[in-house]
Amino acid sequence: MRRRVVITGIGTIAPGGLGTKAFWELLTSGRTATRRISFFDPSPFRSQVAAECDFAPDREGLTPQEIRRMDRAAQFAVVCAREALSDAGLGPHELRPPRTSVVIGSAVGATTSLEREYVVVSDGGRLERVSHEYAVPHLYGYLVPSSFATEVAWAVGAEGPTTVVSTGCTSGLDAIGYATDLIREGSADTAVAGATDAPISPITVACFDAIRATTPRNDDPEHASRPFDRSRNGFALGEGAAVLVLEEAERARRRGAHAYAEIAGFASRCNAFHMTGLKPDGREMAEAIRAALDEARLDGTDIDYINAHGSGTKQNDRHETAAFKRSLGPHAYRTPVSSIKSMIGHSLGAIGSIEVAACALAIEHRVLPPTANLHNPDPECDLDYVPLVAREQRTSAVLCVGSGFGGFQSAMVLARPDRRAA
Amino acid sequence: MSTLTMTDLTKLLRACAGDAEHADLDGDVLDETFADLGYDSLALLELSGQIKQRYGVALPDDAARVTATPRQFLALVNSLS
Amino acid sequence: MNRAVITGLGVAAPNGLGVDAYWSATLAGVSGIGRITRFDPSGYPAVLAGEVPGFDPAAHLGPRLLPQTDHMTRLALVASDAALADAAVVPQRLHEYAMGVVTASSSGGFEFGQRELEKLWSGGPQQVSAYQSYAWFYAVNTGQISIRHGMRGPSGVVVADQAGGLEAVAHARRRIRRNTRLVLTGGVDGSICPWGWVAQLAGGRLSGRDDPGTAYLPFDARACGHVPGEGGAILVAEDLDCARERGARQVYAEIAGYASTFDPAPATGRGPALRRAVQLALADAGLRPADIDVVFADAAGVPALDRSEADAISAVFGPGAVPVTAPKTMTGRLYSGGAPLDLAAAALSIRDGAIPPTVNVGQLAPGIEIDLVRGAPRRVPVAAALVLARGYGGFNAAMVLRALS
Repeated sequence: MRRRVVITGIGTIAPGGLGTKAFWELLTSGRTATRRISFFDPSPFRSQVAAECDFAPDREGLTPQEIRRMDRAAQFAVVCAREALSDAGLGPHELRPPRTSVVIGSAVGATTSLEREYVVVSDGGRLERVSHEYAVPHLYGYLVPSSFATEVAWAVGAEGPTTVVSTGCTSGLDAIGYATDLIREGSADTAVAGATDAPISPITVACFDAIRATTPRNDDPEHASRPFDRSRNGFALGEGAAVLVLEEAERARRRGAHAYAEIAGFASRCNAFHMTGLKPDGREMAEAIRAALDEARLDGTDIDYINAHGSGTKQNDRHETAAFKRSLGPHAYRTPVSSIKSMIGHSLGAIGSIEVAACALAIEHRVLPPTANLHNPDPECDLDYVPLVAREQRTSAVLCVGSGFGGFQSAMVLARPDRRAA
Repeated sequence: MSTLTMTDLTKLLRACAGDAEHADLDGDVLDETFADLGYDSLALLELSGQIKQRYGVALPDDAARVTATPRQFLALVNSLS
Repeated sequence: MNRAVITGLGVAAPNGLGVDAYWSATLAGVSGIGRITRFDPSGYPAVLAGEVPGFDPAAHLGPRLLPQTDHMTRLALVASDAALADAAVVPQRLHEYAMGVVTASSSGGFEFGQRELEKLWSGGPQQVSAYQSYAWFYAVNTGQISIRHGMRGPSGVVVADQAGGLEAVAHARRRIRRNTRLVLTGGVDGSICPWGWVAQLAGGRLSGRDDPGTAYLPFDARACGHVPGEGGAILVAEDLDCARERGARQVYAEIAGYASTFDPAPATGRGPALRRAVQLALADAGLRPADIDVVFADAAGVPALDRSEADAISAVFGPGAVPVTAPKTMTGRLYSGGAPLDLAAAALSIRDGAIPPTVNVGQLAPGIEIDLVRGAPRRVPVAAALVLARGYGGFNAAMVLRALS
């Protein structure tokens, strides 16, 4: 009999409020957390908007040494992992270490710490032969971001299969899919899986400026992220993390764990077209959706909510609208779709996990988060995007999709945990 | 800045986006589309960045969309400088 | 359950560009380690690396790819071409969704990234290239390989330091078991630039010796760290039935077993988990220790790590009971490329009945009881090979390759 995987714990750090309670409160309020970049002076940049987390590591239970050695993204991941374990009702001695896996997604690794250290060792970019004497001891952990998985494994006591997954902007979905596979194949019974990114740093802002991917709506940061809207002009860079506890369903049931949702299906495809560009037809995302539905043994008509990638670029929103229509047919018009990037920006590798968390909470609380800032839908984006206001709705099967640089297209189906076994 | 010529453009394109794979940029390509020459929107963004840095001319965000050929691109740049 | 086999190899190694050049150099004990040439290393505490010789990217890759790729991505693309050619696979003839790409990375396109950081901090944001948005990130090799060959099936990227290369190939096997027909997998790495060098130095494991003959001596009494290198291997992994159906010209080996574990946190005071990974991998392959003909060691070159690896091997196989080798003494440690290159060497050792030697290692450190192959290659039938890989921070991975009977 096929092993099934459920979500039993959630930990989140998102712009607008730390911890899952604040996260869900923001999403259902329809408020946005995008603002003028405050981490450094943004005036030399084209896009000066970001969704930042007001995160003070010393107030989140991290010790001085942890704070010193860990990149901000690693700090997010550890704090989220602890919240998730607590939420799952699992104390430190209740996990079986060899049967516990850690899979953490990240698109850009320790970019923020790397840039900070680069400025020092290169003396402000002056030196090509940078100075080893000014290098901090933890620099290796920034060079190779598998250190994020190491920190989480140490924090939770995991000794099973452990890795970082780094597939750009689908890392968050892919890491959870990866961990689900590990449990299904029997390599682990429990996984601490999610994703994190803290990319709000000059080099990241500059590189998205160079390809005009981010919104230059600097005079109105609160309303800058406008997925599906006619006036959308790029994504708002964000940061954050979400980590989930995933458990083999039978074990979770036996210990009386509360399950938010089952991870019923997951699939990924590549568009093999262009490293950053998307064709308008959405065919490979549609194929990923079809394969995820297949694995979930569900039909497109079973889906009652879609959490979109919805980054707010001209090309993305058009691309994925086409993908929904292609994969769900006429049912796409009857299915509410929303993008929480409208509220918390696009945190690159992290956002897929944050969105899975939002889907699990939507199933649990029977409320769909809205798409904020959607006042004038693009005529090409003619589906029901739950504009502005959260909507009470009971859902049984939710589709969460993501799309990323490199051509990655991923889709996950989450099901209400009490649905009949397929 | 003096007028940007096809020769200047060819040099810039080669430097920032690589030589054309199947066409001869030194030949008569003024009215070939960038797409036919093998340059995607990213290449044109890179080219726009170079133009800004070297000549101080800022091209609008939709420059790649409205200038399909080298001739049109040169006309746009020279009209703004 | 679908069986996953290796049908093609593409290699970019410091002692040979191309699988034939690599293997003949490796059997002959010829090392590619030398003083760094990609930048001037004088003044740094470590000056040696394994650099891939004679690589002319313009000879292999179109001009449009060059500005948008880091050096290591170029090596990866060439290795992916070579792997497909070796397997005699024409991607256009397979269904687009039936082919995937899963690579390991450790630091992405770091050299490209250093140049862009320098432009930003010395010249301002507008100097940053449009290509920075993807030329450096960890997923770049998978993305570029998938585009180059039109592979639209399930793909992935893992980062687990030097253990990631085995995890990537294991994930390729997972995909094949779930009906993807063919996966290009492995890893190619390289961060031999001043910024990458300083970051690697910070890990505290680089050898400070400047003589290539004595710098990287795993298991040796004089072990004092490793020498890094660039390169790696891309492998064609296929479903066995599909490979047979298309008349694959060779099947090097089956990916018969795999396991990964993570070391207990330092605070617990409990020992490392490499031994458990080996035991689980053997069990996964349905093999006993006596069935293994060679162990390709992780070979950290750091005394405590060498000792713990040797102890794990002795505990599973018995002291000195199985031939152990580390051809990476001829290339340096290649991070995400290291374990895939060891898999290539293991596959070739199975094909040729020849275990490549470990070079430069003299007297073994006290307490290390392994049968380390040195000098000439050992000519014995190899039916099953075990490849070990450990990553900084506690990652352990073990993979068994087995000849098809």
